[in-house]
Amino acid sequence: MASPLNPDVSRRGVIVGSAATVAAGGTAPLNAQGPRMTTPPGPTLPVQFKVNGEDRRLDLDPRVTLLDALREHLQLTGSKKGCDHGQCGACTVIVNGRRINSCLSLAVMHEGDQITTIEGLGTPDNLHPMQRAFVVHDGYQCGYCTPGQICSAVAVLDEIKDGIPSHATADVTDRPRATADEMRERMSGNICRCGAYSNIIEAMSDVAGTRA
Amino acid sequence: MKFDTPAGANPIDKMTVIGRPTDRIDGPAKVTGTAPYAYERHDVAPNQAYGFVVGAGVARGTIRSIDLADAEAAPGVIAIVTAENAGRLGKGRMNTAKLIAGPDVQHYHQAVALVVAETFEQARAAANLVRVDYQRVPGRFDLDAELERAPLVGGDSNEGSAAPPVDEVGDFEGAFAAADVTLDERYTTPDQSHAMMEPHASIAAWDGDQLTLWTSNQMINWGVGDVARTLQIPKDKVRLISPFIGGGFGGKLFVRADAVLAALGAKAAGRPVKVALTRPMMANNTTHRPATVQRIRLGAGRDGRLTAIGHESGSGDLEGGQPETAVAQTKLLYAGANRLTSMRLAVLDLPEGNAMRAPGEAPGLMALEMAMDEMAERLEMDPVEFRVINDTQVDPEKPERPFSQRNLIGCLRTGAERFGWDRRNAKPAQVRDGDWLVGMGVASAFRNNMTMTSGARVTLEPGGRVIVETDMTDIGTGSYTIIGQTAAEMMGVPLEQVEVRLGDSSFPVSAGSGGQWGANSSTAGVYAACVKLREAVAQRLGFNSTDDLDFTGGQVSAGGRSGQLTDAARDGAITVEDKIEFGDLGEKAQQSTFGAHFVEAAVHRMTGEIRIRRMLAVCAAGRILNPKSARSQVIGAMTMGAGAALMEELAVDKRFGFFVNHDLATYEVPVHADIPHQEVIFLDEADPQSSPMKAKGVGELGICGIGAAVANAVYNATGTRVRDYPVTLDKYLERLPAVA
Repeated sequence: MASPLNPDVSRRGVIVGSAATVAAGGTAPLNAQGPRMTTPPGPTLPVQFKVNGEDRRLDLDPRVTLLDALREHLQLTGSKKGCDHGQCGACTVIVNGRRINSCLSLAVMHEGDQITTIEGLGTPDNLHPMQRAFVVHDGYQCGYCTPGQICSAVAVLDEIKDGIPSHATADVTDRPRATADEMRERMSGNICRCGAYSNIIEAMSDVAGTRA
Repeated sequence: MKFDTPAGANPIDKMTVIGRPTDRIDGPAKVTGTAPYAYERHDVAPNQAYGFVVGAGVARGTIRSIDLADAEAAPGVIAIVTAENAGRLGKGRMNTAKLIAGPDVQHYHQAVALVVAETFEQARAAANLVRVDYQRVPGRFDLDAELERAPLVGGDSNEGSAAPPVDEVGDFEGAFAAADVTLDERYTTPDQSHAMMEPHASIAAWDGDQLTLWTSNQMINWGVGDVARTLQIPKDKVRLISPFIGGGFGGKLFVRADAVLAALGAKAAGRPVKVALTRPMMANNTTHRPATVQRIRLGAGRDGRLTAIGHESGSGDLEGGQPETAVAQTKLLYAGANRLTSMRLAVLDLPEGNAMRAPGEAPGLMALEMAMDEMAERLEMDPVEFRVINDTQVDPEKPERPFSQRNLIGCLRTGAERFGWDRRNAKPAQVRDGDWLVGMGVASAFRNNMTMTSGARVTLEPGGRVIVETDMTDIGTGSYTIIGQTAAEMMGVPLEQVEVRLGDSSFPVSAGSGGQWGANSSTAGVYAACVKLREAVAQRLGFNSTDDLDFTGGQVSAGGRSGQLTDAARDGAITVEDKIEFGDLGEKAQQSTFGAHFVEAAVHRMTGEIRIRRMLAVCAAGRILNPKSARSQVIGAMTMGAGAALMEELAVDKRFGFFVNHDLATYEVPVHADIPHQEVIFLDEADPQSSPMKAKGVGELGICGIGAAVANAVYNATGTRVRDYPVTLDKYLERLPAVA
């Protein structure tokens, strides 16, 4: 199979190749019309960005979201699709130092950007301190919102360090501190239906060096 | 292994691994994004195409025709599946509605078609070009109206909650009429959505007539059976693989449209196809927790002892569906000589109602435990004391039948002490903290303990590694870890030496994940297999006796002899398989789990905004296998219960018959800012009647009663009672105490 990880193989090549496979493969579709060739793919746009420090070049259907570019084209499936509408936060990644919902952003808008996904924070053998803290404090259950929670958590502590105020900051002229209320407010775009919130705040407090 | 007499002393009692707070063994995979969920299996089948589901645009009617011309001509489209071209399909045993509509439509967003294309974007665009011509017919969408002519119907949630159409003990009406103090109130709970974070998703690949589905399913063996039934193929031609499940809560107990359509799409396309439901389809396409209308009548003497307990509930479902068993716990929770429960089931043409976390008890206790709070006030009794004096140690309907263990009083007393309940002002709307009115609420938690046959295969490899294989699932519950702990304890090896493989139908059939039966049953199955493996090891080591077999620290000893565990597998791995099968201990004594919830809530005296300030749960649920993940199960259930109390409600469009707020922006669930630090205390228990593990379920106990505890705290803060959940501003703002 042509791998999307291999930048030498163009997307068009992959598609044409697979369409030919279908036609030649000969498994009869259930449709009464019988096997059919697929119509040619639509136009693509080239885009180049850095993901977890690595240069990536893709030719993409302009409708492809950053989330799907990561999950489907680069096979970085750590970023999750929970809603595809910016309502759940499972797709949170860090772009140029700021967290975003990658499902609400088209991949071709990210020319030249530096993107960090959960895979770029740490690996099972070399966990990021926030990943370690989530394990120790059981800051997850099913694990599906977890990469988004962790990317958000890392970015939230940076936002607080950078002095960016939130709705929960009592005095916006003071430097915000990593209190439980500050973190809860800033993390509220990341839904966890298993309900690990209490433990996530403990994990974040642990990393921030504060008490929950 | 048959389990038909209470467990004696056994190797689990050592509790060197079991019972210790243990980090999840699947944790590093989850926190690094390397745990593979269903839609993400690029590795398993090459050349995957994308399927996009088209949902029905009407609630009830007939598909007159589907115009596929534009969709078929759209770029990248490979195949389109509809009921018309899918061949003959059956219906899963666990499904009430068919998974694919046509020609009839049974509910809104029932799947009408699957468009398969080269890319997700192409499939989505083409799906928008599918034009369906419906003959819409009127439907029944108003629960209140339909309940007026609904029959009495018994039911079983298949999750440990059951009640007959009518159940009477003693003379309820007479005792209620004669009681010194009475309560007769109506409570309602709305339709609720599981809203698990991972949408239902499947990848299907055919190898000849052999189907493999990488899917997200709580019950692998049920799933295999229902996929086979739906596709009308033999069960042995279906394999389900579901190692990681992004939340289920009952919404993934059953095969859904993603799996069936992926299989049909892959057949039509002649290549693997992956399908995920979109978030906006989930609420109407899949199942939900049905709304209830409940009437509770309580009668008591001036001493606070209940003499009459009546609980009647009505709910609705599609034709052939089941009632929400909201009265089930009322049969067992409190003493009282004269009792009445009943259930009515209306036929509704809304999407399929089915199990959601603690079906029956979750909505039932939201009503009952609010009624208990109101009754305590009428009796001028403390709500904790009122519950304590109405405790029963036997099945109130069959006094000759005891509970295997029951420490509800311990939960209530311990919780009251730890929470500072004595600081609660019994008179509502008295406590102020700045602009906030502050109150405390309590509720009992109750959920039955179910046991289910569960099998496992265990292998001792040369070098001493232990492999456990079972089709048990881990839906966030911590199954991987407790199963690993069980094998480590039994074989006397460190947890790191155990590898656990789950969620594959090629492994022995397990209890699966549902009804809070999974932890106790599946580990008991692993226990059974390990007992067999221990005997095989002893035999390999040449031991004559297995009477006092001991496995500790890689050493095996019995009858004064000892040997190395690794020596037993030196000449080859040893693999054994067994299952636990439960006898009638559960009938002889009632096995249930108990708890008490304590909540402190603050309500803004001017805006009416509710903030939960503190939450404590005390649980008595047998031996706790991994206190770390068990605590997470309880706080997670408390969180979902807080949602049920304060915000969760699928809004029914009674004209067109669908849930309007079918996404995560409009179906509100708790977020970080809604939930304070949560405390859980497990009372030290081990129930020898439940299994060799002496454990019981805990995953659903936490959502039982918590909704009422939150609502009772709001009442204590404000003096304003809301009996229609969720407790939202529109229902009480006008009635808040006057602002001075």
